[in-house]
Amino acid sequence: MADVNRGERPLSPHLQVYRPQMTSISSILTRITGNALIVGVFLVVWWLLAAATGPEYFATADAVVTSWFGDIVLTLSLWAVWYHYLAGLRHLLFDAGRGLEIETAEKLGWACIGGSVVLTIITLLII
Amino acid sequence: MVQLRLPKNSRMTTGKTWPKPEGATNVRKFQIYRWNPDEGDNPRVDTYFVDLDDCGPMVLDALIYIKNKIDPTLTFRRSCREGICGSCAMNIDGINTLACIYGMDEVKGDVKIYPLPHMPVVKDLIPDLTHFYAQHASIMPWLETKTNRPAKEWKQSIEDREKLDGLYECVMCASCSTACPSYWWNGDKYLGPAALLHAYRWIIDSRDEATGERLDDLEDPFKLYRCHTIMNCTKTCPKGLNPAKAIAEIKKMMVERAV
Repeated sequence: MADVNRGERPLSPHLQVYRPQMTSISSILTRITGNALIVGVFLVVWWLLAAATGPEYFATADAVVTSWFGDIVLTLSLWAVWYHYLAGLRHLLFDAGRGLEIETAEKLGWACIGGSVVLTIITLLII
Repeated sequence: MVQLRLPKNSRMTTGKTWPKPEGATNVRKFQIYRWNPDEGDNPRVDTYFVDLDDCGPMVLDALIYIKNKIDPTLTFRRSCREGICGSCAMNIDGINTLACIYGMDEVKGDVKIYPLPHMPVVKDLIPDLTHFYAQHASIMPWLETKTNRPAKEWKQSIEDREKLDGLYECVMCASCSTACPSYWWNGDKYLGPAALLHAYRWIIDSRDEATGERLDDLEDPFKLYRCHTIMNCTKTCPKGLNPAKAIAEIKKMMVERAV
């Protein structure tokens, strides 16, 4: 590749000026939910480990997990699971070379966001 | 590498507000990125007022108005003024497009103009495209043949020729590549949507005889697979082409030849 002499040249603004796009937002959300779920999983694993350790330790862990804070984290994790799952299906479609017209891709993006919220509510009602 | 903030020397300051044209009643406010290599200051954003009664309808018309009537130092590239040369690509109202075919009426509020994103700036609205062009050259943008040259010409059926529609129209304006977050963070190694669209244009050309070599060359964690189908490229393409689809087709061919 050409050796670009950046010298003292400034870098033109990027995130600072680029208008968020439906497709770029749904893409970055896939990453954010995927990474956030690692944190959610830590909480659940800690809860299970506490259950295996003993009743006293479990009581402490259970208090945290079932507190309002735990509820928020687990509800957000639930939404993240659904979003990540739906976005994964969308990517599967993309990798098959389908749904790549802007209109379809944007509709699918909204479907991921709307669908994940609806599925989260349904799941919450069931459990 | 992902670097969300601009480097210190690239952060923008508020620049000069140029006087309104005298006697104008129908004015539009423009905010334009300025950087002069001879001054050594940080980039700034200047404010201009354009008399719409004395100016054509396109954003490029307004830039030419400013250069002719307000500030001759404003620097930008332009040539054909009809969307065929790709010179006047820039970031207008938050998306990349060609100033010559983007109407001022398509912008709500003040018209904000920056150079193509995440590129080294030569001056004002002119980015350094050296690396972008080198990437294009690296995909061998020509017909590669091995059999003997035919007496007259390399023939192609009408159906095979149709496969090039939506690809050959690319004018290499760099709007797509500089709209791509993957290209922002990994543009040194990732080829970007423009170069990959051109790569696909030659891969599916029925006359080309180097398809295997072309695919071999792209089989790389960065060159091709940094595309995460974010689709800013297709969304922004001023020619209405679909680089994301072209890239997806290359990825498909990679899988098909492996299984």
